[in-house]
Amino acid sequence: MFRLEARQSPSRAMFWLSPLVAVVLSLVASAIIFALLGKPPVAALRIMVVDPLVGLNNLAELALKATPLLLCAIGIAIGCRANVWNIGAEGQLTLGGICGSWVALNFGGAGHVWALPLMLLAGIAGGVLWAAIPAFLRTRFNAHEILTTLMLTYVALHLLGYLVRGPWRDPAGFNFPQSKTFADDVSMPIILPTTRLHLGALVALLVVPAAAFLMRRTFAGYRIRVVGLAPGAARYAGFSQKRVVWLCLLLSGGLAGFAGICEVAGPLGQLQPTISPGYGFAAIIVAYLGRLDPWGILAASLLMALIYIGGDALQVSLQMPTAMSGVIQGLVLFFLLGMDLFIGFQFRFGRRSPKPVGQLADA
Amino acid sequence: MAAIPPLSDTLPARLTLRGISKTYGSNRANDGIDLTVGAGEIHALLGENGAGKSTLVKIIYGVTQPDAGAITWDGQPVQINTPHAARALGIGMVFQHFSLFESLTVAENIALGLDHPPPMAELAARIGEMSARYGLAVTAGRHVHHLSVGERQRVEILRCLLQSPRLLILDEPTAVLTPQEADNLAAMLRLLAAEGCSILYISHKLEEVTALCEAATVLRAGRGVGTADPRQVSGQALAEMMVGSALPEVARPTAAELGPVCLELAGLSLEPDSPFGTALRDISFRLREGEILGIAGVAGNGQTELLAALSGERLVAQPEIVHIAGKAAGNLGPTARRRLGLAFIPEERIGRGAVGPMTLAENLLLSGESPLVIHRGRLLKRALAVIKRFGVRASGAAAAASSLSGGNLQKYIVGREIADRPRVLLAAHPTWGVDIGAALAIRKAILALAAKGTGVLIVSEDLSELFEITHRIAVLSEGRLFPPMATANASIETVGQQMGGLHGAEKLEADLVPA
Repeated sequence: MFRLEARQSPSRAMFWLSPLVAVVLSLVASAIIFALLGKPPVAALRIMVVDPLVGLNNLAELALKATPLLLCAIGIAIGCRANVWNIGAEGQLTLGGICGSWVALNFGGAGHVWALPLMLLAGIAGGVLWAAIPAFLRTRFNAHEILTTLMLTYVALHLLGYLVRGPWRDPAGFNFPQSKTFADDVSMPIILPTTRLHLGALVALLVVPAAAFLMRRTFAGYRIRVVGLAPGAARYAGFSQKRVVWLCLLLSGGLAGFAGICEVAGPLGQLQPTISPGYGFAAIIVAYLGRLDPWGILAASLLMALIYIGGDALQVSLQMPTAMSGVIQGLVLFFLLGMDLFIGFQFRFGRRSPKPVGQLADA
Repeated sequence: MAAIPPLSDTLPARLTLRGISKTYGSNRANDGIDLTVGAGEIHALLGENGAGKSTLVKIIYGVTQPDAGAITWDGQPVQINTPHAARALGIGMVFQHFSLFESLTVAENIALGLDHPPPMAELAARIGEMSARYGLAVTAGRHVHHLSVGERQRVEILRCLLQSPRLLILDEPTAVLTPQEADNLAAMLRLLAAEGCSILYISHKLEEVTALCEAATVLRAGRGVGTADPRQVSGQALAEMMVGSALPEVARPTAAELGPVCLELAGLSLEPDSPFGTALRDISFRLREGEILGIAGVAGNGQTELLAALSGERLVAQPEIVHIAGKAAGNLGPTARRRLGLAFIPEERIGRGAVGPMTLAENLLLSGESPLVIHRGRLLKRALAVIKRFGVRASGAAAAASSLSGGNLQKYIVGREIADRPRVLLAAHPTWGVDIGAALAIRKAILALAAKGTGVLIVSEDLSELFEITHRIAVLSEGRLFPPMATANASIETVGQQMGGLHGAEKLEADLVPA
């Protein structure tokens, strides 16, 4: 028989190996599921993971999908370092989309040069505002942000549904629940001609080293880490936990809000009842897959984007159900959590207790 | 034909360990340890922190299994796979950290610890009987949160005694007791031993071992160094067996020339912020530059609360109640108080005084300056300076704090706090759980600091330490501070009585009033 034994110290190698093994295991499990669904597993895997990586346009689509995941996940990861669990990035993203859209719908199309920057700022402000509510509830009433951020997500989604069906519905839109199409001067500038890749992707890419710098080299990042690793040491040092909670939530809210307005003013071009296929939730998986490290998250966001695109491709080419990409996301998280056990533990084969070492020599 | 051996030799020893080894990763916690405890013998297990005492005891009590070696019980080879099996053999253990539920009564707590508890009424009667027989004053119906630490320990001991143990293991039992309570415990243990129960007594307090034990096994770095009769060997010799070298001397503090008052409390009263905390009642004292003031007392009498109020972790509404370096500081947080020249060595090393997974260099920032951007090179240099100056054994400034031994990490924390020569130093149990070598180095550093004009406030449970290095001693008991006495004129008895609390009797009566 085998048993689990605690390692002397957590394994650094396993810490980075675990996500890679988890991804491989998820692909194997996905192949088995494909086979069970009566689809050719090898062909399906090729459609899912290889084809989306071929060609400039496909790569641009990958980066486009990775952008909101990257932005949300970096914010979530910074919070996780301080034990602040923002799982409502989806709601902050939605509110960012709503607030930015207000600027776009009211000031777009008039040729103001300030309309686009104002729209982006409004998007960030929307996310910050939505994250400020849980921050207040946590620091004032000790209401846990896991609950409040999640619940506010549903509020944000319903607010969006109301706006696109009610006051912001395009009068010339044949009663479809969507806003007017954004004017050119409030649409995200394309950075790679002939593709949909926009300025937001570039900003997201710059956020990666910025976040790495914040966490590793600034005193604010140090405070965040101390609060997360050792609250007692933070009190001893005089670091305010409340301030860290505020900082983490507002920062991640702002990043998610920016991601939201980038989606609306980018690939969507208008406000729709659904502006995200769950980027804010998938970003939680991305954050953990990337080991809460900004550069790791960059890689993980590309992988998660691949799962989204691959899932769509499976739908189109092999008529697989829409839920497939959700299933694969779930598998990745499942295997990741399972593999993470081996950071702190290792398998040992053999019996639990050693056999007695014979009789006493002098008995 | 062989001669008939004397009776004592024919009786097998109660417990024999042969060649016990246990390895955790690369750390050989126990390496071929032999131990023999005779029937009715009080046997001391001596060793510094990290010598392997806890691992050995865990093996005896079935918490962990050895990698190699044999255990015999009354001459029979045995395997002890679980604490349950250990109790079935007749092994009882009193841990250093009690496992009692605060909200349950004494009898309920004892019932929870028994494998086959009798009905409550019968249990209460047996508790009464046992506590009378062994002089362990405990009332079965009282709630544990009313009990002092000493009383809680008696509950733990009673829980073991109710299972009629044949070997009782006590892990540093007097660490939490007043001198008088410790004397009572020793008397009770002698009675128990006279009735045939063997006792394995873990300690690093040599005076106690010399007074109480008939045999002592000394461990050092996972190996058995030898067995001695503490009644015949000097304490000095035992200490040198533990440390492995001759002990250096610490100079006593000289009558210092005292400077102006650098820390003053004027009538501090503070309600506890947790339901089991201790309220502080009208605490006043003055600490002058160059002076070492010791606060003695049994843990849980308000030390944590007092330190929090002094360090700034707990703010005081009226600023003028706390004066640091002449400034009213009651409403200032830890960072602001540090700027006034206050330094603080907290009681917990990992998780409070240092962040375990962070490097030693990063740990400097907990109590140092707070730059906007961290300059790594400068930080490493400063950390190396502390490491060198205070002889910290570490693989470098980039070593994780948790990779250091307790003593070395404590030296590093002390070094960090006193590197910039603070005006006031608060030290909470500065040598608690630290090996003798590091403890001496820390005491020396504190004395040197005071000689240069820093006012030092030491909160400690180690009376011998306080008597050794302080100018004045004050006892904290149930949230009140007795007036400080000059250490040279203070006696252990007076301090002990004050630690026991003059309020002890009235509190017991109050608790016994039917609700």
